[in-house]
Amino acid sequence: MSTPLAEKYLRVDRLPHIWCRGCGHGTVLGALMRALDEVEADMDRTVVVSGIGCASRAAGYFNCDGLHTTHGRALAFATGVKLARPELRVVVITGDGDLAAIGGNHFIHAARRNIEMTCICFNNHVYGMTSGQHSPTSPRLSLAPTAPYGHIERDFDLCELARVAGASYVARAATYQARSMARLIARALRQQGFAFVEAITQCPTYYGRRNRLGSAADMLRWQKEHTVDVARARQLDPAELEGKIVVGELHRADWPEYTRAYAELVARVREEGTS
Amino acid sequence: MPHEPGVRLMQGNEACAEGALAAGLDFFAGYPITPSTEVAEFLAERLPRTGGTFIQMEDEIASMAAVVGASLAGARAMTATSGPGFSLKQENLGFAALVEAPCVVVNVQRQGPSTGLPTSPSQGDIMQARWGTHGDHPAVVLAPWSVHECFDLTVTAFNLAERLRIPVILLTDEVIGHMREKVTLPDPSSIRRESRPRIPPRTPGALPYEDRHSDVPPMAVFGDGNRAHVTGLLHDRRGYPIGPGPEAAALIRRLQAKVDARRSELAMVHGEMLDDAEVVVVAVGCVARSALRAVRLARQEGIAAGFLRPITVWPFPEERLARLAEEVRGFVVPEMNLGQLVYEVERAVRGRAAVRAYSRVDGNLITPEEVLGALREVARP
Repeated sequence: MSTPLAEKYLRVDRLPHIWCRGCGHGTVLGALMRALDEVEADMDRTVVVSGIGCASRAAGYFNCDGLHTTHGRALAFATGVKLARPELRVVVITGDGDLAAIGGNHFIHAARRNIEMTCICFNNHVYGMTSGQHSPTSPRLSLAPTAPYGHIERDFDLCELARVAGASYVARAATYQARSMARLIARALRQQGFAFVEAITQCPTYYGRRNRLGSAADMLRWQKEHTVDVARARQLDPAELEGKIVVGELHRADWPEYTRAYAELVARVREEGTS
Repeated sequence: MPHEPGVRLMQGNEACAEGALAAGLDFFAGYPITPSTEVAEFLAERLPRTGGTFIQMEDEIASMAAVVGASLAGARAMTATSGPGFSLKQENLGFAALVEAPCVVVNVQRQGPSTGLPTSPSQGDIMQARWGTHGDHPAVVLAPWSVHECFDLTVTAFNLAERLRIPVILLTDEVIGHMREKVTLPDPSSIRRESRPRIPPRTPGALPYEDRHSDVPPMAVFGDGNRAHVTGLLHDRRGYPIGPGPEAAALIRRLQAKVDARRSELAMVHGEMLDDAEVVVVAVGCVARSALRAVRLARQEGIAAGFLRPITVWPFPEERLARLAEEVRGFVVPEMNLGQLVYEVERAVRGRAAVRAYSRVDGNLITPEEVLGALREVARP
């Protein structure tokens, strides 16, 4: 398992990881590791913050300061870390339930403030840690232990939510395209402001099995068949995009970043105070 | 920018915020709720001037989370709230206790349950302040009875939080928070500031929860290059998650022992007229003000009344109460709830003297006359 890259960026004494066989979370972790390497992240000045759930256990594998918090609250804790030490790089790892259900309020407000941090949502469409209950991204009519007759709610588009809430960078990638995912995360890491990456990942154990989606390989094949790159998506009409997942860099905007705006406020107030 | 020393007319909430600044506060995250909002408003104006950070978060839960995050990144951090908000903070208060993140939480009590009587005073959160979050955890809770003490005890709260690496709760109430009194602010340079033990930057082999040399492990502050892992799971000295077993028990016992081992220092009391007292009124916060007046009136009537005010509600000064129980006929415990402090008094007294509860829950302060009435009943049964 150990590679030079893993030795540099991961707590290799914590491996192997806890995730199930066929789970896509390791792929996302790998993409984040490569992205950190691409931007030459100083791991002494990087803090990985997470909430609760399968995805959030990833914080324990990165060889830097790590903060594994309470359910849904990773972005709120991360806001405190970033404000107290704006020079630190803050990466938030979360899952679809953690981010969009219990942590939904923190998600929209972190995006609205445009506070500089990279938020990566491992979206496997279920609560894996508690064995597969439906989440805000579970597709309509999918099956789950808490939706045994089919899930009747609509699913959230997390990227659209991040964009309208005010995030300055939004991208989506799937685990079958790990290299592209790493590239998109690297861009997110370079963004001045709140950067959001939705990583579509497979859960063959709790989501795939119950919904008869086959093995992990079958689920990756499904991703390949149902994803459309954003450049191509722009040339398709809505009917052709029905049931498709658009991947790639979806949004970028240069809004004022929160910690810089706060530093400017402090400088202005202190200058007025002395004049 | 420290405060100007000298005499000022000040509100309790303002004194609390001023005390926090004097204690070195550099991070505040809050959410508006009456009757605590003035703490946030005051700090929103003052913190940017000191180069500190103020943020109004999206909710009560987030403000507690941000405080803990800032603390782990080295800040001296605080939040302020009231009843419903205090309930919402409980989960992350437990997180702070487990990961040993120093912080101060001000709870300006108001009448509950739920939205209750916004915003009349109450003492309904005495037990919540001790047991509000799930699981065993240490708790230090200080209850000022005056505007001046809001200042002093906020300083104390910061010093205890930092030295013991625990969340400390300042439990005030609507009367104390909104009351205005004369305060003599000390010279800022005379205020002692204690800081958490801290692992030096880039220490090879640093263990963020190394407790072999002290029951308060030096902290691996984020950004210091010690690459600490901090988790709400029970953890070993490296900060890594552990399963059931002796290591888990040792952690939980150590957290509690940080407070238990310092009980005599932490459990501060204020007593008056106790030497020859036959009946002692035990009261905290705003009610203690009426209680002291009642004790003086009782003395004028020839009743040998005494006054005992736990300044520290938790850990409860039970040894002091136990000693008094050997000497007096009885205790009167007036409180603005249906009986919370009285359970602790009964526990300390162990049946060796009479304990008379006096409750008021209509949103109005207990008067000296009411306490005097209860005193008479115990003194002349």
